Amino acid sequence: MNLTYRDALNQALREEMQRDPDVFLMGEEVGVYQGAYKVSRGLLEEFGPMRVVDTPITELGFAGVGVGAAMVGLRPVVEFMTWNFALLAIDQLVNSAAKMRYMSNGQVGVPAVFRGPGGSALQLAAQHSQAFESFYAHIPGLKVVMPATPADAKGLLKSAIRDDDPVIFIEGEMLYNTKGEVPEGEHLVPLGKADVKRAGRDVTIICHSKTVGVALKAAEELAAAEVEAEVLDLRTIRPLDEEAVVTSVARTHRCVVAEEGWPFAGVGAQVVDIIQREVFDELDAPVIRVTGADVPMPYNKHLERAAKVDAARIVAAVNEVLYR
Amino acid sequence: MAEATTTKSPTRNRGLEPSKAGDYRRWLRQMMLIRRFEEKAGEAYSLGKIGGFCHLYIGQEAVAVGSLAVLGPDDYITCSYREHGHALVRGVSARTVMAELFGKADGCSGGKGGSMHLFDASLGFLGGHAIVGGHIPLTTGMAFAIKYRNTSQVAVCYFGEAAVNNGAFHEALNMAALWKLPAVYICENNRYGMGTALERASAIYDISERASSYDMANEVVDGQDVLVVHAAMMRAVQRARADKHPTLLEVRTYRFMGHSMSDPIHGHYRTREEVEGQRKRDPIGVWSQRLIGEGMIDDAAVRAMDQEVAAEVEDAYQFADQAPDPAPEALYTDVYAHP
Amino acid sequence: MATRVVMEALSPTMEEGRLIEWKKGEGEAVAVGDVLAEVETDKAVMELTARAGGTLLKQVVPAGTTVPVSQLVALIGEPGEQVAMEPNGKERVADATTPAPATPAPPAPEPPAPVSGRMKASPLARRLAAERGIDLGSLHGSGPEGRVVLRDLERPGAVAGRPVAAARPVVRTAGGPAYTDTPLTPIRKTIAKRLAQSLGPVPTFYLTTEVDMERAWEARGALTGAGNGPKVSFNDIIIKCVALALRQHPACNAWWQDDHIRYWHEIHLSMAVAVEDGLITPVIRDADLKSLREIAAESQDLAGRARDRRLKPEEYTGGTFSVSNLGMLDIDEFTAIINPPEAGILAVGRIVQTAVAHDGQLALRRRMRLTMSCDHRVIDGATGARFLQTLKAMLENPLAMVY
Repeated sequence: MNLTYRDALNQALREEMQRDPDVFLMGEEVGVYQGAYKVSRGLLEEFGPMRVVDTPITELGFAGVGVGAAMVGLRPVVEFMTWNFALLAIDQLVNSAAKMRYMSNGQVGVPAVFRGPGGSALQLAAQHSQAFESFYAHIPGLKVVMPATPADAKGLLKSAIRDDDPVIFIEGEMLYNTKGEVPEGEHLVPLGKADVKRAGRDVTIICHSKTVGVALKAAEELAAAEVEAEVLDLRTIRPLDEEAVVTSVARTHRCVVAEEGWPFAGVGAQVVDIIQREVFDELDAPVIRVTGADVPMPYNKHLERAAKVDAARIVAAVNEVLYR
Repeated sequence: MAEATTTKSPTRNRGLEPSKAGDYRRWLRQMMLIRRFEEKAGEAYSLGKIGGFCHLYIGQEAVAVGSLAVLGPDDYITCSYREHGHALVRGVSARTVMAELFGKADGCSGGKGGSMHLFDASLGFLGGHAIVGGHIPLTTGMAFAIKYRNTSQVAVCYFGEAAVNNGAFHEALNMAALWKLPAVYICENNRYGMGTALERASAIYDISERASSYDMANEVVDGQDVLVVHAAMMRAVQRARADKHPTLLEVRTYRFMGHSMSDPIHGHYRTREEVEGQRKRDPIGVWSQRLIGEGMIDDAAVRAMDQEVAAEVEDAYQFADQAPDPAPEALYTDVYAHP
Repeated sequence: MATRVVMEALSPTMEEGRLIEWKKGEGEAVAVGDVLAEVETDKAVMELTARAGGTLLKQVVPAGTTVPVSQLVALIGEPGEQVAMEPNGKERVADATTPAPATPAPPAPEPPAPVSGRMKASPLARRLAAERGIDLGSLHGSGPEGRVVLRDLERPGAVAGRPVAAARPVVRTAGGPAYTDTPLTPIRKTIAKRLAQSLGPVPTFYLTTEVDMERAWEARGALTGAGNGPKVSFNDIIIKCVALALRQHPACNAWWQDDHIRYWHEIHLSMAVAVEDGLITPVIRDADLKSLREIAAESQDLAGRARDRRLKPEEYTGGTFSVSNLGMLDIDEFTAIINPPEAGILAVGRIVQTAVAHDGQLALRRRMRLTMSCDHRVIDGATGARFLQTLKAMLENPLAMVY
């Protein structure tokens, strides 16, 4: 079926809440308002206020409530209206959720999902446009998942909810309206597995979330110039599918890593580390990263565009690694 | 609609019930156990057997003993990092707690938590947390889960008075009151947040008044009287189980030692005279005198009890000292549920 | 004065004869009427007899050579008489035929040395070079700062600088780099871009010219009788002329390299050889510096081994210009396909007696059609035409090679 990314998430939530009575949704405007981005549309009506909980604007507080509920066996889905606001909750995510199992020697786990849109949209300016996946990917004890397509959004959210570890699930505001084919019936996508969205032989473009669409567009342009690019969608940032990365780059001998976030210690830096360690002898060129500009996001439309990753920048990077 | 009551519990003698003499004596023993254990832990720390941070509960024993006596086995308890006493009272053995302080594999957290992260899920003892105030929302979450499942459990949170200025405290209590959750928030007000007196950190001295921001029931409790603590806790737990309403208990107590083993007993932030003065209201002394006065125990029995407790602590010390370290592989276990 | 012995028409229709066997050796006394050699004609095996007496001074062509009628095959004269002409008509180049010079051929000059002095190569190129036994230092890196990358190994010329096979080392008269890379000027860029768009990857155009091969025919005949070296074919002569013409027209001796043009200062000619299931192009390296004898020997050897599939990769890669000859298969003319990254290829048709206007009269002349295919990104019409002019002039006057 052809679904929007938003509806795919909605279906995932609905199905999992129907399947498991311990699953509940909590966050700002998730209930009566039908969700700030309408991801939770209709859920309050179907499941009632105990399972679809509107919270005050208290990210730290309700993230902690989610962690506490998970510690005693419920499976909360905690929605942050955006991941920008989740900075306020980071103590609960990093100091409580990530560490509970380890500190308690395996006695107490936190099977919670923390989800919401991350990264930039259009002209939302500096405090509303940040991509923080590398923050969370840095933390042992957390898992970080970022679907790029409706099918992956549904399959990965369902898997995340069933996962016994705390999952940081980062969606994209600019992705909610995108449409794609979603398999009928029970559709689960495993965590920790990347996906080749486009096969190619000349170069591997490694990307995730919004940059997947951009990379595919770049690949089309490159195909017209007879360069066949392979687009590898990471899908899960932590744990990273190292095998997929290594296999692809060993075959194409060249790699460009595209990501929305800032360059320093971003997700791409970890990918490059894996490649240079594991695929050194197959590399014909250094790995080039294409990232967001190393600045707070400006408001002006043109400046913002210049700060983002676009197909032209990916094409230029591919040409560089091909010495064209 | 929750009742917003601020009650200052009377510190004068309340009648002891003879049928409860067994409980009373048990409380005395528990307080003594905590006291001896913490003294031994202090000794072990200065011998280098305990590393990192070690926060001692000496002087506050009545709070843990009096309040935990009210709870049932299915209730949930979450504490700050000054939780050795709470763990012992809840039923974690002295051996297991001491071994955890020593970082050994037989510790209640496998040697991987340490003094600040004692856990025993089978007893509903859900940590040991080191971020000031960071665990208070967890209790709200556990209370949420209780309501979600519609059981009669209670979720209890212990924290110090310095945590009440923290955003997490405010958010957690607001939601507990808003959603009417079965929680009891116990603020152990020992007057000093590390080296800062309460008056220097808080615009309002009476912490219990914070509860009125949330229209939450609250009491100020004399924490050095185990019976008073017990009674206040009974009321709060009843309110939680029956009415699904939360309570904030401000339990006024005192710690005789420094904030942690790394801090001086009085330093510059309080006087030796103050500390000495407070020792006159040592909860153990107060309670043993009370029981002796009521004829529920005698001196010899108290001494015998003390020796028994001392032996138990010594045994725990030896056990911990000889216990093995965690295996090297333990470094990587339990990061995730399914490796 | 020595008497010239030529191949005679031993039958009315004979045009050339194969000298099967010499019956008289050099320095041997010959009397009039003695049988000098056995010759296979188009009809039978005949005897070539001496028309003068004296001493057989020189067997100009070795046994087994096919010689056109009236071409020199021997010289008879007084004993000890000096022979004036050089047997092969070759030009003498310093050390070109000296055996085993004191020093082996210098390796290809290093690419512009990176600042650190280290050889820069991608890990992949390094690994593959090691696996294939290619000396990284002999490669020219097309990556930044001279980095050797994968395509440098897969490109022809991947072994630029390896010592030439065995006993015929070549010394270049001038030192210096083997090539000059010229960045594209705007006009070149525009031409390249527009032409590539309209014609596909290599914008090709074709130039044809007809060459009068009479003198070349004679010259070859003369060579045939001379000495015991390898038999020189027309293709060998063409190769030599092409090489010399490329010397004068270096713009045609180049590689298209996408963002620059590599003008080679060395001339390595790829020679198309038909093999059982296709075509292979062994390379005659430094064709301009080699004698016709050497070219002849090499071309025969390479062609033979090509047909037996015993060529080594370095023997069929690295050409700077190609020559393809279908004359022996009776093709009058054809257009050959350029071997990228080379910029030009010469297609050679057969030599055929043609009625043409010559000196104002109708005459039958041996003519040969050449068609040159040019990559317009590198070679313009006039450039290619001028090259062909020079080539034609050389072929029509072979002695000019020696001039």
